[in-house]
Amino acid sequence: MTDTQQIAYIAAQAADARVNVELETEGMTLNIGPQHPATHGTLRIIVRLDGERVVAAEPVMGYMHRGYEKLAEVRTYPQVTTLVNRIDWLGSFANEVPFILAAERLMEVEAPPRARWIRTALFELSRIANVILFLGDMAVQLGAVTPVFFAFRDREFVLNQIEAVTGGRFHPNFDRIGGLKDDLPKGWIEETRGVLARIRTFCDEMEDLVAGNEIFEARTRNIGVVPADIGLAYGLSGANIRASGVDWDLRRDSDMGLAHRELDWKVWTHPDGDSFARYWVRLQEVREACTIVEQCLDGIPSGPVMAKVPRIIKVPAGEAYVETENPLGVMGYYIVSKGELVPYRVKIRSASFNNVSITPWLLEGVYVPDVISILASPYFILGDIDR
Amino acid sequence: MDTVDDVEAPTVDVARDALVSTLVEALGDGFVTGEVHPGVDVWVRVAADSWLAAGVALRDRCGMSYFNFLSAIDWKPSPYGRDMDAQVDGPEVSEPGPMEWGTTGGETRFQVLARVHDPVSGLGITVKADLPDDRPEVDSWIPAYAGADWHEREAWEMFGISFRGHPNLVHLYLPGAFEGNPLRKDYPLLARRIKPWPGIVDVELMPGDDEASEEGDDA
Repeated sequence: MTDTQQIAYIAAQAADARVNVELETEGMTLNIGPQHPATHGTLRIIVRLDGERVVAAEPVMGYMHRGYEKLAEVRTYPQVTTLVNRIDWLGSFANEVPFILAAERLMEVEAPPRARWIRTALFELSRIANVILFLGDMAVQLGAVTPVFFAFRDREFVLNQIEAVTGGRFHPNFDRIGGLKDDLPKGWIEETRGVLARIRTFCDEMEDLVAGNEIFEARTRNIGVVPADIGLAYGLSGANIRASGVDWDLRRDSDMGLAHRELDWKVWTHPDGDSFARYWVRLQEVREACTIVEQCLDGIPSGPVMAKVPRIIKVPAGEAYVETENPLGVMGYYIVSKGELVPYRVKIRSASFNNVSITPWLLEGVYVPDVISILASPYFILGDIDR
Repeated sequence: MDTVDDVEAPTVDVARDALVSTLVEALGDGFVTGEVHPGVDVWVRVAADSWLAAGVALRDRCGMSYFNFLSAIDWKPSPYGRDMDAQVDGPEVSEPGPMEWGTTGGETRFQVLARVHDPVSGLGITVKADLPDDRPEVDSWIPAYAGADWHEREAWEMFGISFRGHPNLVHLYLPGAFEGNPLRKDYPLLARRIKPWPGIVDVELMPGDDEASEEGDDA
């Protein structure tokens, strides 16, 4: 190309650009969901676009609202665990724990040490079952299909272990006020060790396949950055807030009533606050969860798994709020009791509700392909938003 | 705390007491009452007019930068009694009892409550405010905590409490044309009224048990 030709070409390009600038762009409304694979259920997001850029995003929820707070008011305390199981259905056992702990606090009942340790092991196993699905699913939403099959394959082994103890793969309903329904089955501890080894291999695979993948990094680094102060004001929790550099984990920083504080493990944080950081922190958390379960398996004390509690449970009048660090983030129950068979009011503070409430803020001004990356990374379960 | 075996529960909680006194100082007359369960939790009740001021004071003066949740309690007992009992007793509607309030008490039917945390010290606090009966309305917490947005929309549709200054007080979960406030105690749970619920009998006698042992503490 001669110089003259090049100058003519550049001039033509510039003219085109000017025309484009002057063109009126028309706003467009795009519905993502309710049936979209990126929504993990039935979250619908109405996105108003200007070209490829998001002007405003409005999540629409409630397609799955089941009114658990109302139903809990007419069910006895032991019956409520059946409901709360179904809030975050991928880590059901972890949902029961804070409710039972809150009822125990009001009743001033304490679970025996063996029950606390088994609870801790099952709690962390639900975390593994829940989060490894995210590790695969995040990749599938960015176009890599294989990892999610790995995740489903290895989650099966964890679910088998949960089923072996509780009898339920998704809805264990195993936690009782004052302890656990049953003791561990024979041979479970050794089997679980084998499963944990598999999960560690899975984490290594994910680190190679996904976190170390150039395309994955390009689509997640610096995308959906949540500064720590904004994250705190919106009440983000779990790996989401730790990925913004806030070193806060209830398992370590508060006495949840489980055995975590007696074990040796590490809280991971990441300074970036972007989608990649959220993925990376969760990956490390699965590894830590394996460490926690391994230590539980080594150290489960002997003894009964159930404290002495009346058969008909009446919880003394009072109010208690207990929260735990669940797979999706902080989950808590605010229980108001009037000393009856049923709770007077139960406020369910679920992690995903707060985690998703930041999406309108996060999506403003991003490009359409990034919407999926941003939606996937806070990792919500619709049951955990809609309750 | 309830899980520590041999340690006596502390009788004084310096950090939580300091929190309450900071709020007393910040709010003056707006502070109504507070209750500290040493080593466990703390509740305060503020006047409805000081609701937003309490949020700002917690954020700026107490380091409570983490917004946890916001909701409400309807203290007026349900006119339907427990709906399970209603099925057993027939269609009779039981007489609602007097209102009784829990921790830090109350004076009116609706109470908003919110919980915030200090991620550094790990302390949390529950703040409550009584709302006037004729006009259940309170200032929005959005200027203090951006995350209050959805929580207030939920409280608005579920309890019929309105939040002054909320930019977008529309239905969150319920369909747009929905009437009523489902979490109010006088909103009937229709499913229970249509069909008897099989869970009414929660504890059945096991073979070999007699009536007396049901009341006992046999686990």
